Amino acid sequence: MYLPEDELQRIDEEERLLKGQYKHHIHVCLGANCLNAHSAQVLSALETEAKARGLEKVCSVTGGGCRGLCVAGPTVTLEPDNVLYGKVQPNDAGDIIASLGGEPVERLNRPTDNPFFMRQQRIVREMEGRLNPERIEDYIAAGGYKSLLKALNEMTPAEVINEITRSGLRGRGGAGYPTGLKWKTVAKARGEHKYVICNGDEGDPGAFMDRSVMDDFPHRLLEGIIIGAYAVGADRGYLYVRAEYPLSVKRLQLAIRQAQKQNLLGNNIAGTAFNFDLQVRVGAGAYVCGEETALIASIEGKRGQPRPRPPYPAESGLWGYPTLINNVETFANIGAIIRNGSAWYASIGTEKSKGTKVFALTGTVSHSGLIEVPMGTTLREIIFDIGGGIPDGRKFKAAQTGGPGGGCIPEQYLDLSVDFESLASVGSMMGSGGLVIMDDRTCMVNVAKYFLEFCKSESCGKCIPCRVGTAHMFDILDKITKGEATLDDLTLLEELCDTVKHTSLCGLGQSAPNPVLSTLRFFRDEYIAHIVDHVCPAGVCEFEKEAVR
Amino acid sequence: MQTSTLVSAEDKRWRLIRATMRRHGFAANALIETLHTVQEAFGYLDEEALRYVAKELRIPLSRVYGVATFYNHFAMKPQGEHHCVVCLGTACYIRGGSRVLEAIEKAAQVKAGETTPDKKLSLLVARCVGLCWLAPVALFDDEVASEATPEEVAQKVGEWVDHVSS
Repeated sequence: MYLPEDELQRIDEEERLLKGQYKHHIHVCLGANCLNAHSAQVLSALETEAKARGLEKVCSVTGGGCRGLCVAGPTVTLEPDNVLYGKVQPNDAGDIIASLGGEPVERLNRPTDNPFFMRQQRIVREMEGRLNPERIEDYIAAGGYKSLLKALNEMTPAEVINEITRSGLRGRGGAGYPTGLKWKTVAKARGEHKYVICNGDEGDPGAFMDRSVMDDFPHRLLEGIIIGAYAVGADRGYLYVRAEYPLSVKRLQLAIRQAQKQNLLGNNIAGTAFNFDLQVRVGAGAYVCGEETALIASIEGKRGQPRPRPPYPAESGLWGYPTLINNVETFANIGAIIRNGSAWYASIGTEKSKGTKVFALTGTVSHSGLIEVPMGTTLREIIFDIGGGIPDGRKFKAAQTGGPGGGCIPEQYLDLSVDFESLASVGSMMGSGGLVIMDDRTCMVNVAKYFLEFCKSESCGKCIPCRVGTAHMFDILDKITKGEATLDDLTLLEELCDTVKHTSLCGLGQSAPNPVLSTLRFFRDEYIAHIVDHVCPAGVCEFEKEAVR
Repeated sequence: MQTSTLVSAEDKRWRLIRATMRRHGFAANALIETLHTVQEAFGYLDEEALRYVAKELRIPLSRVYGVATFYNHFAMKPQGEHHCVVCLGTACYIRGGSRVLEAIEKAAQVKAGETTPDKKLSLLVARCVGLCWLAPVALFDDEVASEATPEEVAQKVGEWVDHVSS
């Protein structure tokens, strides 16, 4: 008699036996960023070196996930010694293998007892660097898919939804809509079929959190999606991944095949009456497809243009059926909530923003990379403790959050708690998790112009405020940075912000004015300097004409 | 002039395209997936391929064209032998990515999104390649040029494009 829980147990035990044969485990990061820095060659050099020394039965060399410290890539993690090496080159393989069991190789060693590692709390990125993303066995041996079996065997769909509701989890795509409430709405909606869509169309510049979840923890994502499908009663699902992430597509497709083989996807999942079919759909390079109704149009094979809501996808989504759409990071939290309980999850974070958030920390900051911190951590802790501060002795100027629709937060708000409400209160937003640090060499008018250029190009053209408004706003900002604008232009710019924000059809247009509004709020003097004095205080913009005094 | 990619049953590329459509039961919603396969097989989407896909999926040609031109990923013209992708993500932009782009445009005498007349180089702009700590970044084929300076990139492009300055 076949019991799915016994099968997971068997795989778990086999893995332990297999891993127990080795004295040392070497995990080479095969995340997209380390691969770019040739980590695949490092892995094969280590394998060759281990064989050459006859150590292939003593130490295992595998592609582990990522440690988040992208700036030090390619990274290599040694277990059980918990040693982290950075900037490893293939010709370092000899020294690394030779040092096993002894002192770490000093020139490569990266301490892990510093705030970058100690101040993080990992739920979405749990076990980071220790799971081979291309093996379902690794994930199962780490307790994976137990939450799915728990949900299927011990909980009703309504109980799953209640648990998610009580956990306080909110959508990680940016808007922060309560996940439990969304699931409840889809569960209540009537339809012959229901769909689940995972939004992996991560398009904000400087944001690569979701890519890392898909690349490094594909099974954690699948488990969350399958539990979601069970909870809302969906029988079909799509994982929409942007075309720029071929590695994510490959690993997710592999993960789906592995899960099907283990009967964790498909018909009669884990010996129950629950059927769920999941497919990957590849985007084609349109930022607006991150908007849920545009994404649905894209899966239907159409131009990715949004439509007015209501009806919301929860009631009428893909092909008119009730559809649950959640972001990658949202789904990646589900397994842990089911496993550890909603009370545990709700104990992390702030009153209204629960759990952790993954950020891609970039710009002028020492430790660029991926970090996961409890909600409510301050910007100062993130930038100066975890991020190691501003390099080259420069001065902090602003933190940009929320992507092209977000805002720039100045120094006086460094002690702001990072959560949905606080970020909105200073004119920015949580967004999907891009966090770009800017130093005193950055011109804030130029930054606003950059984001407007982005929104102007990515506007789908369906509604006029966004299509024409963003272009017009860009033109004015361009004039300001060239010293050709007047104070009347500034007034017009502010009027346009108001119109575009309040009359655009979807989130892209509605949030496009935010970079202008927030830089005007905190750095208005820079606008005035450009317009009146024809001076760029940061020395970025070049002016052709001299100021007329 | 019509480039010749005659739809032939023997050509493996067309068989791949048919296989994609078949997998989706020749349903209209297979359009984007099919266009991905066309681009993988031929490198770009030409008129003949668009007409073929429209006929097979029973979609108006206007809609096929509308979808093909809406998405940035689809190329409507043959691409160059080499690719240069300049990243203009936020981190690259504030560290001078646009000056890197200008230097390449000048050196190769080509605008972003275009291909040189000798088909040696296609110049593309990326919204963010996710290598922000190396900013500004340019990709030459798949090789990463980190903390790129305008001088370096101009030299690199010069190796690919032999120019007769006009």
